[in-house]
Amino acid sequence: MTEQRKIRVLIAKPGLDGHDRGAKIVARSLRDAGMEVIYTGLHQTPEMIVSAAIQEDVDAIGMSIMSGAHNVLMPVVVEGLAEKNAQDIAVFGGGIIPEDDIPDLKEKGIKAVFTPGTPTADIITWIKENISPK
Amino acid sequence: MISLDALLSRDVRAGARLLRWIDDGNAEARGLLKQLYPHTGKGTIIGITGNPGAGKSTLTDQLIHRYRKQGKSVAVVAVDPSSPFSGGALLGDRIRMQEHAVDDDVFIRSFATRGHLGGLTNTTTDVVHALDAMGWQIILIETVGVGQDEVEVQRLAHTTVVTMAPGLGDEIQAIKAGILEIADIFAVNKSDREGADRTVSELQMMLDIGYVSPAEQAHHGGSILLRDQRQERVCPQGWVPHIVKTIATTGDGVDELMTALAEHTQAFQNACQDESFGRARQRQEFLDVFRRALFERGWSYLMHEDHLNQILDQLLDGSADPYTLAEEAVKTLYRL
Ligand SMILES: Nc1nc2c(ncn2[C@@H]2O[C@H](COP(=O)(O)OP(=O)(O)OP(=O)(O)O)[C@@H](O)[C@H]2O)c(=O)[nH]1
Ligand SMILES: [Mg+2]
Repeated sequence: MTEQRKIRVLIAKPGLDGHDRGAKIVARSLRDAGMEVIYTGLHQTPEMIVSAAIQEDVDAIGMSIMSGAHNVLMPVVVEGLAEKNAQDIAVFGGGIIPEDDIPDLKEKGIKAVFTPGTPTADIITWIKENISPK
Repeated sequence: MISLDALLSRDVRAGARLLRWIDDGNAEARGLLKQLYPHTGKGTIIGITGNPGAGKSTLTDQLIHRYRKQGKSVAVVAVDPSSPFSGGALLGDRIRMQEHAVDDDVFIRSFATRGHLGGLTNTTTDVVHALDAMGWQIILIETVGVGQDEVEVQRLAHTTVVTMAPGLGDEIQAIKAGILEIADIFAVNKSDREGADRTVSELQMMLDIGYVSPAEQAHHGGSILLRDQRQERVCPQGWVPHIVKTIATTGDGVDELMTALAEHTQAFQNACQDESFGRARQRQEFLDVFRRALFERGWSYLMHEDHLNQILDQLLDGSADPYTLAEEAVKTLYRL
């Protein structure tokens, strides 16, 4: 068989807010950068995200949170992955996240945090440099 | 490393990883597939095809729901096209199947077409074999249209549901694309919209014109197998495609679709009692596997050690024609 590996990323929109414009823009840019992006839509619980990530065997999960619930939701996903023995799946996030919260999130295993206004090219570069397909 | 035991006990991580290996063309996948093969043959394989936006995912979601109510485990294989420009893909079929995201007896996996081996083949067949061996009872495959690389999937499915939406000219498309020949069941979806009854009657008319009934077949000394010409699908004799009106968003008509599916499954199982039917299915399946093995071998030869470039050089300087070069490559490859 000829090998053809691709980076697979799950883009998830947890929480109650209904703004997925940002998430969709990121999803499209990653596709245009040659990645396979699984988009799961709005209102995902951490449990749903973990389960989808495992079934899809993605390399990374990108979460977009606008509601201010990032301090709770993002670490819960990281823990959920660990519980399922899937800590090899990297978690990154974006949305309205105050700079002050970032160190704590990184401590809890979130690999990167992109604040509003980050060019999508930076996200792509970060993924390509830090994530390799399994 | 993935253990066979983990796969056979339907371990989600192991299964998900095997599917990744299959999709990536990882050499270890082949070995596992060989070991898994003896465990295949228990699952019911259903193809759900139709034009973009016809409602395949929403309908799939409804089917998952009903099969789960029957206590059956369900795996979904959702295939969407890769972007021909970037090679990436945006896979969004899961959005319509949210409700089942945390049910341990539902497994949903999205794939991009990737244009495996130049689009000549795909890996969906292997994916379905793996899921079947792992013990998933119902395997639903969502694909778009009837591209060359999808025909194989439809041959593999026990039952193929063609989803159509009224008012899109889908009926005309259907004849052109050869969809009449592959459908065991037509779901005329979005039947809350105007024109659904017309779509049903047009389909009915086309079936009446184009469909050779088993009785007629027998009259002309046809074999006991009703085999259509264009897709070479082996179908149970006597089955006349059912047409069901559905509204996937509300669930209307989905019970009728379930009934049609159950009837077709029964017809398929009855046909399987017949040795020649089993042999014809086996023939079809083997030919697909064989064809892929040939392509893979040929492809890796061409891509290896500049073989393709040497051929291109000769073509460009006009020293040879493509027919001769292709023949020579095949001879070298198989040491004929
Ligand atoms: N009015 C109406 N809308 C429907 C029906 N079924 C699906 N839809 C809507 O049609 C749109 C497409 O539905 P999907 O289920 O995503 O269609 P699909 O065939 O899977 O689409 P692709 O995977 O993109 O090819 C969605 O907005 C659905 O809500 C229906 O029976 N009636
Ligand atoms: Mg779909």
